[in-house]
Amino acid sequence: MSSKIILKFLLRFFVFYLFLFSAVVHALEADLSKNTDLFKRLATGESDDKIIAIHSLVATEHPAALLILQALKNGELSVTPKGVLLIVNDKGALDALTQQMINPAPENLEALMLNNRLRGAVDTALAILNLQSGDKAVRLVAANELLDKAVPELLPGIQKALLKETDKEIKTLLGLLEASIQLGSVDTEIRLKAISVLAESEQSSTSLLLQPFMEKNSEGQFLESDESVRTAAKVALLRINERLVRMEYVGRLFSGISLGSILLLAALGLAITYGLMGVINMAHGELLMIGAYTTFMVQTFFRQYFPSNIDGYLLAAVPASFIVAALVGMALERSVIRHLYGRPLETLLATWGISLLLIQGIRTVFGAQNVEVSNPSWMSGGYQVASNLILTYNRIVIIFFALFVLLLVWLLLNKTRLGLFVRAVTQNRKMADCLGVPTRNIDTWTFGLGSGIAGLGGCALSQIGNVGPDLGQSYIVDSFMVVVLGGVGQLAGTVSGALGLGIVNKFLEPLSGPVMAKILILVFIIIFIQRRPQGLFALKGRVVEH
Amino acid sequence: MQRRHFLKKSIVIASLAAMGAMSGLAFAGDKDPIKVGILHSLSGTMAISETSLKDVALMTIAEINAKGGLLGRKLEAVVVDPASNWPLFAEKARQLVSKDKVDVTFGCWTSVSRKSVLPVYEELNSLLFYPVQYEGEELSQNVFYTGAAPNQQAIPAVEYLMSKDGGSAKRFVLLGTDYVYPRTTNKILRAFLKSKGVAEKDIDEVYTPFGHSDYQTIVANIKKFAAGGKTAVISTINGDSNVPFYKELGNAGLKAKDVPVIAFSVGEEELRGIDTKPLVGHLAAWNYFMSVKNPTNTAFIKQWKEYAKKAKLPNADKVVTNDPMEATYVGIHMWAQAVEKAKSTDVTKVRAAMAGQTFKSPSGFTLKMDETNHHLHKPVMIGEVQGDGQFQIVWKTGGPLRAQPWSPYIVGNEKKQGL
Repeated sequence: MSSKIILKFLLRFFVFYLFLFSAVVHALEADLSKNTDLFKRLATGESDDKIIAIHSLVATEHPAALLILQALKNGELSVTPKGVLLIVNDKGALDALTQQMINPAPENLEALMLNNRLRGAVDTALAILNLQSGDKAVRLVAANELLDKAVPELLPGIQKALLKETDKEIKTLLGLLEASIQLGSVDTEIRLKAISVLAESEQSSTSLLLQPFMEKNSEGQFLESDESVRTAAKVALLRINERLVRMEYVGRLFSGISLGSILLLAALGLAITYGLMGVINMAHGELLMIGAYTTFMVQTFFRQYFPSNIDGYLLAAVPASFIVAALVGMALERSVIRHLYGRPLETLLATWGISLLLIQGIRTVFGAQNVEVSNPSWMSGGYQVASNLILTYNRIVIIFFALFVLLLVWLLLNKTRLGLFVRAVTQNRKMADCLGVPTRNIDTWTFGLGSGIAGLGGCALSQIGNVGPDLGQSYIVDSFMVVVLGGVGQLAGTVSGALGLGIVNKFLEPLSGPVMAKILILVFIIIFIQRRPQGLFALKGRVVEH
Repeated sequence: MQRRHFLKKSIVIASLAAMGAMSGLAFAGDKDPIKVGILHSLSGTMAISETSLKDVALMTIAEINAKGGLLGRKLEAVVVDPASNWPLFAEKARQLVSKDKVDVTFGCWTSVSRKSVLPVYEELNSLLFYPVQYEGEELSQNVFYTGAAPNQQAIPAVEYLMSKDGGSAKRFVLLGTDYVYPRTTNKILRAFLKSKGVAEKDIDEVYTPFGHSDYQTIVANIKKFAAGGKTAVISTINGDSNVPFYKELGNAGLKAKDVPVIAFSVGEEELRGIDTKPLVGHLAAWNYFMSVKNPTNTAFIKQWKEYAKKAKLPNADKVVTNDPMEATYVGIHMWAQAVEKAKSTDVTKVRAAMAGQTFKSPSGFTLKMDETNHHLHKPVMIGEVQGDGQFQIVWKTGGPLRAQPWSPYIVGNEKKQGL
């Protein structure tokens, strides 16, 4: 393989490892505890000096190296005015070298700060050290961390680790790592073998490694001289790309379902208040907002009184947001909306006024700024399906939450006495009244139910977006869109409307960009409603005439 | 008879004269206050960012009044709420100038609101101080720009990303909200990147609507794009869309050390609404950070915190300062100095006195109003987000830079310089 390719691979790390080598020799000569130069560099040097120091620290293989680097990563490494390195955490101050406790902790400590570049160097250094760890999980993380840092200098260490490694997953990763380094080998056989290993890779970065094998230099000659290697690389690239594309489609489907579930949560409350009761409730968005603010309040409460159980706040926030939003909704119904039944225009104006009142009220109490609602730790991060596909936990949770709320609403409407009354009143108010259903009370309860569901939606929305006074404004149009598209008065319509919009949107977005996707969706809805005013699922029978 | 008549007459005249003199005296004793207009959205989408600017303006005016006001007259703030509604900005501006007779206005945030009030200030010949970084390509006799022009924020930020400490980025995603500021900035940046030898295929430009909240596809695409080489994201996302964007970024496992995101519209105030732990290491470029350490800044922060408590602002114990707040503070003080120098609030005289005016700002530098182009000379700083929502400064210029409102990277700007 020509030196150009090798150079391309190494460009990023070239200077960096040149330093490493001079430092390795230097550091191995001296015992770590005597190597004050190293510590001086780490404590006060420029970024370049610090990186040299970090690498020489790794090369000394001193047991303290791991602890020092970990402290550096966690921001616990400090330096005294005299240049002594200390690890300072809640347990106290330790001398970084000797691990002796220093009592009392010296004053005027300055913590060593990291920037992105140093953070990367520390992580790589830690990963190299951690490959020797006894803990399988630690080794796995380390191998993953090193994956896109294939440089020839790492090869001996990796081969050593490979020999010892027993875990299959880590072995695969290290094998990949070894192969990506061996791509630069002068031996054709080794290159071929490396390519065959990489062909099984799931990493999107692998295709970048294989790309140079297809390229020609300025004189029109292939960078890779051997024909068989070129063919092997081509086949491998095709296979990798095929897998990546497949995963990309799975990813789009997931984001579509996720967006759909969010739309569903936002619209489900409206499907009851507008869909069943026919109230054009412009304050629906604000009920979502109230749910989100309730979640925030519960979080604040937990922070104050149960800081150790903070992760559980969301579980408490779910019923709380339902109850608060339902109470607000019922109060609204009793005080305003009840007097406006059958007058849609006035209802629209009155509820719009209420929405402005609620927004300004929240703004006065909580301020115009957004408030911070953080994801509980079990909702942060994601599950890695493939290198280019991570299913984030918060979205997975929200999809299941949407299903749960849907089930709840369905059970309430179809399996309870209240649900029976609700359906009766919405289908034929007068007849229900004649049969002794307290229609007025049922109205209040139904509106409360719809509002409570909106509160649940707000609780979920707080986990993926902003919580601010204007939260509701951004969802009100989408909510109406979903309900109208699905067909007024039908749960199944709302569900298919939400999912359909979500998935179509997510498949359009990569093709047209988010702005155009939104426009196309709106155009589609206008045309659809013109052709089919009753929506996807129309109510059939006598009820329709009402 | 004659005499009596004369006496009567003279008494009337004397008393009239005395009255005149007295009223004149009264006028000199407590003169009319100088009226100062404050034109920031206190409701609607931009309230998030603009409310604190209104409060800082009120604080600064109170500070000047406590020292005896200007020219022996007190300052009186006239606060209006244009409600994040661009045409309403123009109406409120007209009301401030023609009805309330303000001598100067401090206001606006988005470029679209500035563009909307600009004709009003030019027609009525009044002064506007604009405190936010913007895209340039504008220069008016009636506006003083105390925020950054592109060469005082965007260009140094990209240079940093291309440097070794910034991660030596080779590929760039230009991500923004779909309106005039991001579009123009990205036009300048694209030309700049090309002049630095970055190929067309290594630049990706994406826009989202205002208030966009679903960043799954965009983050997935950034990830795909980043597989092709060291990538950095330059974000001109404005307003509260930043929260879902950063949340998605954190959850999708895109770390700052792999794909750093540098933002031009995210400051301390915006980070108050975000859990910043997953964002550690992402960057922002400004001309001031709250974490700057110098006595002027310490005093500024203290003054702001005390004011917040006294004025009973919401979350008064957790208030932060940010770049546009500093720019507002500097702008009002510079205007006050210019009024003292001109010994008048007359627009033409104050405008002349503004040129070359200097002020020791909380950024730690003495800022100067340029003699010709109505922009401040400002230092540039780049900060990394910390776990506590503050920024750690990782790079800054040696001193203030002169603004280039007409970017040399836009074709046809070569001849446009100064007023």
